[in-house]
Amino acid sequence: MTVKIKVENLSKIFGKNPKNVLEKLEHGVSKEKILQETGHTVGVNNVSFEVEEGKIFVIMGLSGSGKSTLIRCLNLLNKPTQGKILIDGEDIVEYDKQKLKEFRQKKVAMVFQHFGLLTHRTVLDNVVYGLEIRGISPEERYRIARENLAIVGLRGWEDHYPNELSGGMQQRVGLARALANNPDILLMDEPFSALDPLIKREMQQELLDLQARLKKTIVFITHDINEAFKLGDRVAIMKDSVIEQVGTPEEILATPKNEYIKKFVKDIDRSKVLQAKNVMFKPSTVVSVKDGVKIAINEMEQSGLSSVFVVDKERRLLGLVTIDDAIKALKENKRLADIIQENYFTTGPETYVQELIPIATKNKYPIAVVDEDKRLLGIIVRVSVLSSLV
Amino acid sequence: MSSFPDIFRFNLGQYVDQFVKWLMTDYGEVFDAIASGILSLLVSTEKILLWLPWWLVLLGILLLGWKAINIKAGIVFSLSLFLVGTFGFWDLMMMTLAIVLASVIISLVIGIPLGVLTAYSDRFNAVMRPILDAMQTMPSFVYLIPALMLFGMGKVPAVFATIIYATPPVIRLTDLGIRKVPKEMVEASISFGSSNWQTLLKVQLPQALPTIMTGINQTTMMALSMVVVASMIGARGLGLEVLRAIQRIDIAKGFEAGISIVFLAIIIDRVSQGIAERFKYPE
Ligand SMILES: Nc1ncnc2c1ncn2[C@@H]1O[C@H](COP(=O)(O)OP(=O)(O)OP(=O)(O)O)[C@@H](O)[C@H]1O
Ligand SMILES: [Mg+2]
Repeated sequence: MTVKIKVENLSKIFGKNPKNVLEKLEHGVSKEKILQETGHTVGVNNVSFEVEEGKIFVIMGLSGSGKSTLIRCLNLLNKPTQGKILIDGEDIVEYDKQKLKEFRQKKVAMVFQHFGLLTHRTVLDNVVYGLEIRGISPEERYRIARENLAIVGLRGWEDHYPNELSGGMQQRVGLARALANNPDILLMDEPFSALDPLIKREMQQELLDLQARLKKTIVFITHDINEAFKLGDRVAIMKDSVIEQVGTPEEILATPKNEYIKKFVKDIDRSKVLQAKNVMFKPSTVVSVKDGVKIAINEMEQSGLSSVFVVDKERRLLGLVTIDDAIKALKENKRLADIIQENYFTTGPETYVQELIPIATKNKYPIAVVDEDKRLLGIIVRVSVLSSLV
Repeated sequence: MSSFPDIFRFNLGQYVDQFVKWLMTDYGEVFDAIASGILSLLVSTEKILLWLPWWLVLLGILLLGWKAINIKAGIVFSLSLFLVGTFGFWDLMMMTLAIVLASVIISLVIGIPLGVLTAYSDRFNAVMRPILDAMQTMPSFVYLIPALMLFGMGKVPAVFATIIYATPPVIRLTDLGIRKVPKEMVEASISFGSSNWQTLLKVQLPQALPTIMTGINQTTMMALSMVVVASMIGARGLGLEVLRAIQRIDIAKGFEAGISIVFLAIIIDRVSQGIAERFKYPE
């Protein structure tokens, strides 16, 4: 995986003399004190992170935590007070006017919370805007714009004005406008926050569908932890201008770094975040087919289980034997292979717990987690599904 | 005892006179250039307006009123202009209109860029604001004095004074219009890599247009009122008729000229407001 965006020690301070204030900040003077004494606002304080190409990186935090300030640094709508922003290895902070213009025209596009559409232009003329600025010929840019409007599901609305559209549709226009430029990077500052919950969920799903096809590098801002965990390949949680924790949703859920983050993730619907691989455990006892019935019974007795999974020598899952069948087999002198049954449930490691709950509660045998080659990765028992949710 | 002592007499006017004379000798060419520029614009506007057949003008007003407001307004407007014609004031009205048009054109050419500049630069705004405030509080005929000093009597100082008097509203409203363009819109434009010019021309000015149109309406109305006053320094037109009627206590002529100006004012106001309305985008 290549790193697309690398932010190093980025700080942004608002006010007349940010450089001086930066020194104070580095000496550990608090944000509040700086505001009181100097009238400067600390927007972002010494933040570093990386975003991999083709991934969605979500920055989440409460109002005023500095999310917008941070994302606006990434296309230099805010000029950083200090720090580096490496995009494809180049520090964009050092760009001169011309290079910055090119960077904005070609590599990055922004989607705004309140859409930022031009109300004096039709939907089509809005989508065309970035291409127009780049000097693409009219036929070409209208063709591209129509294509992108179709992608976001707005075919037929080209000649309407933005304010004739609902909020959700307006944001689709915003998205189409950003996509029309075919940028590598999409910056989305709370794009769905102004929408109704229902529309919001719909848009989230569409974004994920789009992303599956387009594979853009997306930096997405939200103050909604559920949205963050639903969309983010990785999530950064901000508080008071600093990033408190970065990680995949599962990592953050599993090991919240401090009380603040614990409180945050309490609200999360874990079943939509946790996957089979997060709640499974390595089976302490498996038997190999060639081990025979006796060993299987032994294993079960020792671990106090009433059933055990049977694998071949490559650890590929063959089936399950119960203790009752095994004892019967011993009496009747049957082989282990004869009593293997397959009325248990298997799943992949990336299935969400949400889908496993009904299965786990119905089935009396554990769920087997297997990879593509049917190798047994782990097992999930009912208790571990349910306990993962609290 | 109670009268003001003569020894305190201070001949300020003398110095101003000297200053103006110095201006005229050292920068005479500049003022000549301004004067000839104003004059040629004015003369050509006047020529066109006087050349137009009267019925065509009435028809044009009818259509304009119709387009900008409704058919009824169009009819009323052209009827009232017809009435002005019956007073024998057609040509005078056209001369007045010519001065108004010429002044408004120059006011806009100066005012809109100044408005953009004040919107862009807080420092320039800090300089402009008190000047504009002062200009707005001064009675209109005060502007005749510098015009007279620089250009003498005639049409040119009339236009000059009119420009000075009429420009502030369009500056103010251009400034206001640009300042109130939503920040996100401007940022959207910048985020796509627009230059400042592109943002100004493609986003800010179109967004500010309805407000600027209101400014143009106000500027036009002020120009009209000033043209009447400027007849005192030799602008021919309806204003001069009023002035003469006052001097001769000719109630009949005074009324006819006065009502003609009122008609003209109402028509210009309504039509330009109607057009301004067209430029509004639904919120
Ligand atoms: N242009 C600016 N000038 C001065 N201070 C600013 C500016 N922009 C942001 N700030 C301050 O920086 C801090 C962080 O603001 P920011 O907008 O980044 O927060 P946010 O996390 O995006 O919040 P929200 O969820 O409300 O959008 C705030 O205290 C804000 O007042
Ligand atoms: Mg914000």
